[in-house]
Amino acid sequence: MALAKVLGIETEFGIAGGPDQDPIIASSVIVNAYAQRGITHINWDFEGETPGVDARGIAGLTAFAPIVETQLANTVLTNGARLYVDHAHPEYSSPECRTPLEAVCFDAAGEEVLRRAQRAANASLDPANAITIYKNNSDGKGNSYGCHENYLVERSVDFGDIVRALVPHFISRQIVIGAGKVGVETDRPRATRPAFQVSQRAEFFEEVVGLETTLKRPIINTRDETHGDAERFRRLHVIIGDANLSQYASAVKLGATALLLAALEDQGLRGFPPAPRDPVRAVRAFAADPTLRTTVECVDERSRTAWDFQDQLWTLAERYVDERGGAAVAEHDEVRFILDQWREMLDGVRDDPASVADRVDWVAKQRIVDGYRERYDLAADDARLRAIDLQYHDLRPERSLAARVGLRRLFDEPAIDAAVNEPPPSTRAYFRGQCVTRFAGEIAAANWDSVVFDLGDGPLQRVPMPDPLRGTAAMTAHLFETNSSAIDLLAALGG
Amino acid sequence: MAEQERIQKQRVSRATESAPEVSVDTSKGEQLKADLDDLLDEIDEVLEENAEEFVRNYVQKGGE
Repeated sequence: MALAKVLGIETEFGIAGGPDQDPIIASSVIVNAYAQRGITHINWDFEGETPGVDARGIAGLTAFAPIVETQLANTVLTNGARLYVDHAHPEYSSPECRTPLEAVCFDAAGEEVLRRAQRAANASLDPANAITIYKNNSDGKGNSYGCHENYLVERSVDFGDIVRALVPHFISRQIVIGAGKVGVETDRPRATRPAFQVSQRAEFFEEVVGLETTLKRPIINTRDETHGDAERFRRLHVIIGDANLSQYASAVKLGATALLLAALEDQGLRGFPPAPRDPVRAVRAFAADPTLRTTVECVDERSRTAWDFQDQLWTLAERYVDERGGAAVAEHDEVRFILDQWREMLDGVRDDPASVADRVDWVAKQRIVDGYRERYDLAADDARLRAIDLQYHDLRPERSLAARVGLRRLFDEPAIDAAVNEPPPSTRAYFRGQCVTRFAGEIAAANWDSVVFDLGDGPLQRVPMPDPLRGTAAMTAHLFETNSSAIDLLAALGG
Repeated sequence: MAEQERIQKQRVSRATESAPEVSVDTSKGEQLKADLDDLLDEIDEVLEENAEEFVRNYVQKGGE
């Protein structure tokens, strides 16, 4: 059976304001404001980080490793997440979760973490320097920042098969999960400049497969950094997604992709649609057409719309669940929920967009933009329409348009509050989060696959966690109940 | 013949089932429209005061 699809989302948030209007300073203020709320300030352990390792085995001649910044603010949270400054953005990397819906909850918790950090920071800043934070992916001027997904995959799956299976999905899933955007940011002929695009990110993709994430962004990212046992696992690092405000969109984003990966592991490429001849052109063309009529030519010489790709992929996922169950992704009811929502949202965007405006971000945003433009008879490039776009993503409740547009929610405030503070029980994030909750003063550093203790005398002690499915509540809760100190915990672990 | 009857029955029963759904959908559509109108009524209070300046000043460094 396919490997359990442990998964999570990392989000770089847009940020404005702060001392000297410097985004790096503002991001540091945000991270430190949260860390100094009396919870944690834990260093990141860069041991074992190899973001330059390429899944294809060799780095291309023009590929170069991203730089890991070690001097910027960073902390590990009691819920097992990482909150830090990445380049010039605050980034929340969710803890590893066992199912798509669990990951949606911990992604929503990330929004709440940033909201609390923002309030704490602004309470001590001059109002003229107040910081605002946006869960979006571009500034409208050609600068993009990411929302990445991660999925646990069997190491034995051929990377070429992952590319063949997922390229058709990654170019077309935007019609269901895109976050929408007013205008265009990259060079293209005037005649093909749409007023509104389905996706924030699509137009920034320039390659089909590659290692980079900041230049020449690839549809399939080959970064091969497992954060675990690399003999058994691969962490598929997905960089082609928009940050969603709709929890339903996040659920389908994660759930559909996880189901397709499980199907690939269990039954190979059977049923996957053929790739378009030019995937980069396809992903941009689909983004630029909210009417969803655009077709692209595929390697089998037939033409398909984005909807056609998604329809075939949904059918494949549904058949896989019928025949094999979807236990690698979640329990039956959750898998069924994901399939049903994926189907409804897919049919809705084509047949009756208003019916899914409460779940599909780009449809929700487009309705406000179009409604406002028609009401005041504005030009398509009016600054107020771009302001609406930005403020859809504003995290402040008093300024957020996403909070006003009637999006359905999967998790209410008490559930999100719990996820802000407590780790998911289902993965090694539980062990990490519990250690931070109980023994923050004795942790020298932590990262995804280890926690390093400093007990004052003697050498630092590293607890390795190479398997994301170990260190769960079921496996370790009794250790925390019976060992009230870090020394006792390490002794019980045999350290 | 029996097969045809069965298909016809299915069609009839589907049509019957779907009839009330259609009316529900319409009222839902009207509700959505009304909600959108309400949002558009209040949007100017939520939008940043000087949209032009706000949009111009929102400049990010690339990330990832």
